[in-house]
Amino acid sequence: MDFLVFQYPMITIQACLDGLLLGILFALIAYGMALQWGVMNIINIAQGDLVILGGYIAYFMYLYGIHPAWGVIVSPIIMYFVGIAIYKLVINKVVDRDLFISILATFGISILFMQLMNFAFGADVVLANSGYGTTMLFDNNVVLPNSKIFSAFISIVFAICLVVYMKRSKLGRAIRATAQNARAAKILGVDTEKVYAATFGINAALCGVAGALISITFTIHPYMGLPYTIRSFMIVIVAGLGNLPGVAMSGMGLGIFEEFADYILGTEFRIGSVFLLLVLILVYRRFKLSRKREYLK
Amino acid sequence: MNKNSWILYIGILVFGLVAPFIFPAFKVQLSILCVLIVLATTWNIQGGEMGYNTFGNILFYGLGMYLCASVQVGMFFPLAEWTESGGEKTFVHTPSQFFQGMAAGLLVAAVVPTIVAGLIGYAILGLRGHYFAICTLGLGVAAGEISGGIEIIGAGQGFTTPPFPNIGGLEARGEFFYFLSFGALVLTFIAVRAIYTTRFRLILNAIRDNEDKAEAMGIETMKYKITGWMISAFFCGLAGGIMGGLVGYIDSTDVAFDGREMGVFMVLMAILGGKGTLWGPIIGATLFHFFKEGFWTFFLGWQYVALGVLIVVIVIYFPEGLMGWLREKYPERFGEVVDEADRKAQVELK
Repeated sequence: MDFLVFQYPMITIQACLDGLLLGILFALIAYGMALQWGVMNIINIAQGDLVILGGYIAYFMYLYGIHPAWGVIVSPIIMYFVGIAIYKLVINKVVDRDLFISILATFGISILFMQLMNFAFGADVVLANSGYGTTMLFDNNVVLPNSKIFSAFISIVFAICLVVYMKRSKLGRAIRATAQNARAAKILGVDTEKVYAATFGINAALCGVAGALISITFTIHPYMGLPYTIRSFMIVIVAGLGNLPGVAMSGMGLGIFEEFADYILGTEFRIGSVFLLLVLILVYRRFKLSRKREYLK
Repeated sequence: MNKNSWILYIGILVFGLVAPFIFPAFKVQLSILCVLIVLATTWNIQGGEMGYNTFGNILFYGLGMYLCASVQVGMFFPLAEWTESGGEKTFVHTPSQFFQGMAAGLLVAAVVPTIVAGLIGYAILGLRGHYFAICTLGLGVAAGEISGGIEIIGAGQGFTTPPFPNIGGLEARGEFFYFLSFGALVLTFIAVRAIYTTRFRLILNAIRDNEDKAEAMGIETMKYKITGWMISAFFCGLAGGIMGGLVGYIDSTDVAFDGREMGVFMVLMAILGGKGTLWGPIIGATLFHFFKEGFWTFFLGWQYVALGVLIVVIVIYFPEGLMGWLREKYPERFGEVVDEADRKAQVELK
């Protein structure tokens, strides 16, 4: 236990800024999850593993001498096709089925990816060094790596691009129509199969961007995927489906929570506290709804 | 119960009792199989009968494992020093201490998770469907992460359970743990079979089929859901305690709260055999154990890849499991009356 965080305001500011920048990244991943959840009614447990895979793409570019920031462009392109492949092989068989089936199937994919990445890239914790240096604030008391600022900026750019794309483009309209009512969309000539594939691909691409940014800013490891899934799930249930500002806000809130949990409880409880927070949020919402004799649907 | 099923039960019981002497090399495997069957059967109470698909039974399993070992050590020696010194090097259990500790430990390992299940169940059994699934997944992982940070039970470096006392060597150890786990299996089977003949099972099935309607019919669903969950927790805790002693070493995320292995295994085994049946999880667990050992032996290193593929294949192509398939093929055997004309008409439609 370490309560330094309350005695020194600088540490508080540090934690808040770190959490904010981290939270924007979480929000990007959560946006992908909200998209596929809303459109296809699927909860993808492999979300976090897609993120990590995207991170490894950027890391390998770094190993071969290309600046890892380019991973932000390359990784989503590769991940888009990975996403389409996963959709064609597995997801299209579970779309209309019981939700638990999709959870279990994606859990299987998650285990598969974890292990394949472990074989391919080794079990070491790695990071791609961007060499961006740091920014000092408040008389050098608050240290912000420029890579974090860069990653938050890129996340915002990608999120805005996606929102505009969903609003303006033909595919975006088709996706939104399918989310509202898949059957009606089908009757009106939308190829829902194609829409689903594209949605899953876009989600994977978003994960790829986030992964590339994570490999620059933090570290990646084959087994680190599940916490990202849980985080994005948590963000989505707090914000609600299709509530984009809500996703951004709750993402940042989660980031700040995590940084404080890290300072106060210690790093070894960081992931545990995230998972516990998920349980607490669900329990809170369950009791709040049960007063009106309703339940989370 | 008719004569045939009595013969079947007695046959299985006799086989179970003599199995370690027929296959002396596979005692540990057989003990693990018993534990797996217990886990699959108890998962089936939630996932199959009640329709609450949980990833969280691993919580009780891990809890039971830690509690059993802690009680077994803590009754005679200071726990903190035990874990710090890596266990057996400084303190040695005498045989009577070991068995007393094991008995007390198993009792605690069964009772405390039951109480925990009651408390947690009250909080989270109001969630439905996928929210419940993800919530329990979170609980299991959180328990693993948190127990990995607690010093007194070994934190990250693990907890060595008391070694079997030096009487009879490896043979005696294998037999002791085999009969312990077989006993747990028999106990579980009798309990679950007894439950499945009562109204309780019908209520659980009503909850699965339509919870709102069950509530409207005047069933206090919450009470029954919690009871079902507590029954599961009791046997999961017991199984965990036995498994802890059998493995001999407890690690927070790799052995006790191993959501990636045991937590998924129990779901898979129940689904493979057919959920919502008495025999499904047992058959599923047996098949799965054979598959798994094959994978683990022949694809060493690739076992998780094989596991991931297996999950996807089972879930996509056999969501009803073996018993579901048999039921579709031979509905008469399951007590369903099928009109012959009706069946023919269906075939023609296809």
